[in-house]
Amino acid sequence: MSATTRSARSTLATADVLVIGGGIHGCSVALHCALKGLSVIVVERHTVGRHASGVNAGGVRRLGRAVAEIPLSMAAMEIWHRITDLVDDDCGFRAAPQVKVAETEADLDTLAARAETVRAHGYDHEVPLDRQQLRSLLPAVAPHCIGGLASLGDGFADPYRTTAAFRRAAERHGARIVERCSALGIDRSAGRFRLNTDHGAFDGALLVNCAGAWGGEVAAWLDEPVPIEPIAPMMLVTDRLPRFCDAVVGAAGRPLSFKQMDNGTVVVGGGRRGVVDDQGTGTRLRLPELAKTAATAADIFPIMAGATIVRCWAGIEGRMPDDLPVIGPSGTTPDAVHAFGFSAHGFQLGPIVGAILAEQIVGDRGNLPLDAFDIRRFGSCKTDTA
Amino acid sequence: MDSADVAIIGAGPAGLAAAETLAAAGASVVLLDEQQMPGGQIYRGIEAVQALRRQTLSLLGSDYAAGATLAKALRNAPVDYQPGSMVWDVSRDLVIHYSREGRSQGLHARHLLIASGALERPVPIPGWTLPGVMTVGALQILLKSDGLVPRVPLVLAGSGPLLLLLAVQLLKAGAPPAAIVETVPRRAYRSAARHVPRALQGWRSLMKGRRWIRTLTHAGVPWYRGCTNLRVEGADRATGLAFHHAGRTETIAADVIGLHQGVVPNVQLTRLLDCEHVWDASQRCFRPRLDDWLATTVDGVSVAGDGGGIFGAVAAEWQGRLAGLNIAHRLDRLPSAERDRQAAPMRAALARERTVRPLLDTLYQPPPDVLRPADEVVVCRCEEVSAGRIREAVRLGCSGPNQAKSFLRCGMGPCQGRICGLPVAEIIAETRGVDLDDVGYYRIRPPLKPLPLMELAGLAADNDPAQ
Ligand SMILES: Cc1cc2nc3c(=O)[nH]c(=O)nc-3n(C[C@H](O)[C@@H](O)[C@H](O)COP(=O)(O)OP(=O)(O)OC[C@H]3O[C@@H](n4cnc5c(N)ncnc54)[C@H](O)[C@@H]3O)c2cc1C
Ligand SMILES: Cc1cc2nc3c(=O)[nH]c(=O)nc-3n(C[C@H](O)[C@H](O)[C@H](O)COP(=O)(O)OP(=O)(O)OC[C@H]3O[C@@H](n4cnc5c(N)ncnc54)[C@H](O)[C@@H]3O)c2cc1C
Repeated sequence: MSATTRSARSTLATADVLVIGGGIHGCSVALHCALKGLSVIVVERHTVGRHASGVNAGGVRRLGRAVAEIPLSMAAMEIWHRITDLVDDDCGFRAAPQVKVAETEADLDTLAARAETVRAHGYDHEVPLDRQQLRSLLPAVAPHCIGGLASLGDGFADPYRTTAAFRRAAERHGARIVERCSALGIDRSAGRFRLNTDHGAFDGALLVNCAGAWGGEVAAWLDEPVPIEPIAPMMLVTDRLPRFCDAVVGAAGRPLSFKQMDNGTVVVGGGRRGVVDDQGTGTRLRLPELAKTAATAADIFPIMAGATIVRCWAGIEGRMPDDLPVIGPSGTTPDAVHAFGFSAHGFQLGPIVGAILAEQIVGDRGNLPLDAFDIRRFGSCKTDTA
Repeated sequence: MDSADVAIIGAGPAGLAAAETLAAAGASVVLLDEQQMPGGQIYRGIEAVQALRRQTLSLLGSDYAAGATLAKALRNAPVDYQPGSMVWDVSRDLVIHYSREGRSQGLHARHLLIASGALERPVPIPGWTLPGVMTVGALQILLKSDGLVPRVPLVLAGSGPLLLLLAVQLLKAGAPPAAIVETVPRRAYRSAARHVPRALQGWRSLMKGRRWIRTLTHAGVPWYRGCTNLRVEGADRATGLAFHHAGRTETIAADVIGLHQGVVPNVQLTRLLDCEHVWDASQRCFRPRLDDWLATTVDGVSVAGDGGGIFGAVAAEWQGRLAGLNIAHRLDRLPSAERDRQAAPMRAALARERTVRPLLDTLYQPPPDVLRPADEVVVCRCEEVSAGRIREAVRLGCSGPNQAKSFLRCGMGPCQGRICGLPVAEIIAETRGVDLDDVGYYRIRPPLKPLPLMELAGLAADNDPAQ
């Protein structure tokens, strides 16, 4: 019954594409490859969606993206608005404005400059809000908030449900997902990959690294180490409150991500970090830090002073020094591609990055600019360790 | 942040005995308990009852009154006892966060003793979420804390010593139950019989049980045995209990229905700390893995009392002392030879206390339809998730309680899975056809109980004077 005995008995399991990691990106690339008629095997060390992809804040936002990410984020947003067509599940997606609140004059200046930058690059999805406009989007906002910046066509989704939906869609199209299976190393010979795992080996023509915070380990196997840092952003969720907020809210001057779910609970995060444990797969909270998140929420929405916290948690994400993910072909190994290190904002990009990688795999360059995400930007790193 | 040699969570028999032992050894001890008074579950409210309500004291019985000695010892020992403290987080570096009088604070301890006792096993039968349905424990809490007995038709249903004890206590209070509906199957008496010889070593418990049974039979309390298919009747509140008995369906009208199927270790704290747990097939529950000195697999963390496995209040007290001796030793306050010398008679007493357990565990094994309820029964009350939806999620690939959380939100509500954890794990194990150890349990996240947002926010101000 166990995979070990199975692979020991039978010949090596083979697929066109081997994917390491069953997060949103691994499942999305599996789906898009399967849609192109490729055979796919995904190996996932724990269970699908166990890490960042299943426990994140679910923000589906273009607002505030690094300029290099905007084209991807715009393309992803289009998919999100018709996500059911792709995965046959609405993923809990709700269209909602994303709003960044200004609490001080300095915040207003920051947001105005940001809006200008985005416009200068030819985009018009981020719009400044004055005091009044802010209140029409956020009636419950505190009196001291004086304006904001909004991206009206954004939204939020249920992260676990989304990842599970991508997984099921991939499986329906023939992808095979192997859970509780750790990739341990890669051998390359005769132009093929042999992926060694704790449940036997897999053979494939192409390899995709979607190992999230652990993507650096896989990159090192390919002899292209990267300076990735595992981080543990913290979240909390409250008991149900009467409906008071229909937008996803951030703050210009301090970390915050804030939304009220359909059932009335409020999910608050924003990037204050806990600690990744020594094994690298668990987290610890830093309560004095999370306390600041709670305080920020109550400052911006006074109604939160009466809220009750039901649960706090953290997820593990890989952060790159420039806060941009690694997306694209390996710099050392033909037929290997990467998509990891999403630096705490990769959920929204899930639907599009899988599509891009699948295109690349079948040899299409596509028309989205990806240079900023090239793994070779960390070229020095290799000489460091050599 | 405050600090102490030892933090003890829980002021029941285990925690009280440990506090006394450790204080005597010269350790600095902070004792935290949610309740306003010492005593835990069994001796709940003992000081107040003893001082102010002598009548309640006599109807609660001599086992209850015995708690006064422990409470008095606490008052005489140099222990920093902080009643009304709800512990809502503990980290592996032994920083404990607790809420007291509307404010949360941290405490760092060199050793942690978890003495947080047991919880009643949930009894998910059809209708169990209707108003008017209570647990036997909750009914008993009313009696102990407030001297209240329901003066309305009441049925006690299920199995276990506590069910009978409460029936006796209600009888003495002049409010006998309309009926006892017991679910112990006839064959359980037969399988339990082989444990009787061993149990005789703990004859005191057996005598007590016989006395209860005699008292109830004498008083003529209607007692239905070997009942199955229990169902609470009523549309928007309980109006009665229906069940199968001797080949017929009976219904007894009642406004209050007290359900009980024994108690199980409260593992919220040990799960939060990620201590290793094992499945106990005879008690059908998870319990933390403990060594001879009741230490968990997490350094510096021990468990005494029913939180480590159900052995009862007397055993809990001995365990508290035993764990206390070892912690004192690890704090360099007790040489190992002395520790071992003092421990020997305690181990003997513990062994005696345990002799009756195989009998009780066999006799009072919960029926399968309580462990793994039928599809239409709600299992997670907070998020209203039925057993059927859990089974369906398993068929869609949900392999354990944590996936069930993500699939169905079950266990995500304010109770933090305290109530639904075991039935959810049992249902998943059954549907997947695997062992409970393979299925596991909810990952527990802080806060252990709902916490006002402003209390968390307050921690920031405390730690950051610049704010
Ligand atoms: C509702 C109920 C009623 C019971 N009644 C009886 C009875 O009448 N007779 C009998 O023989 N047995 C009874 N038992 C069985 C009980 O388990 C006893 O065997 C005995 O009380 C166990 O002692 P203990 O010290 O292990 O834990 P307990 O006596 O249960 O003490 C644990 C203490 O820990 C505290 N605690 C738990 N979690 C936290 C937290 N997060 N923060 C702060 N404090 C916390 C609780 O408030 C409690 O006071 C009862 C059990 C339950 C659940
Ligand atoms: C708390 C939090 C809040 C966030 N909020 C948002 C938000 O609001 N909006 C947004 O867009 N993004 C957000 N993010 C970021 C987003 O969650 C991540 O960028 C995204 O989920 C990354 O997906 P992934 O598939 O790369 O990684 P993961 O979900 O981590 O998946 C990688 C998987 O690879 C597996 N793996 C690793 N190594 C191996 C191996 N050797 N063998 C087999 N399997 C392996 C891991 O077990 C893991 O499951 C947030 C992140 C966190 C932690």
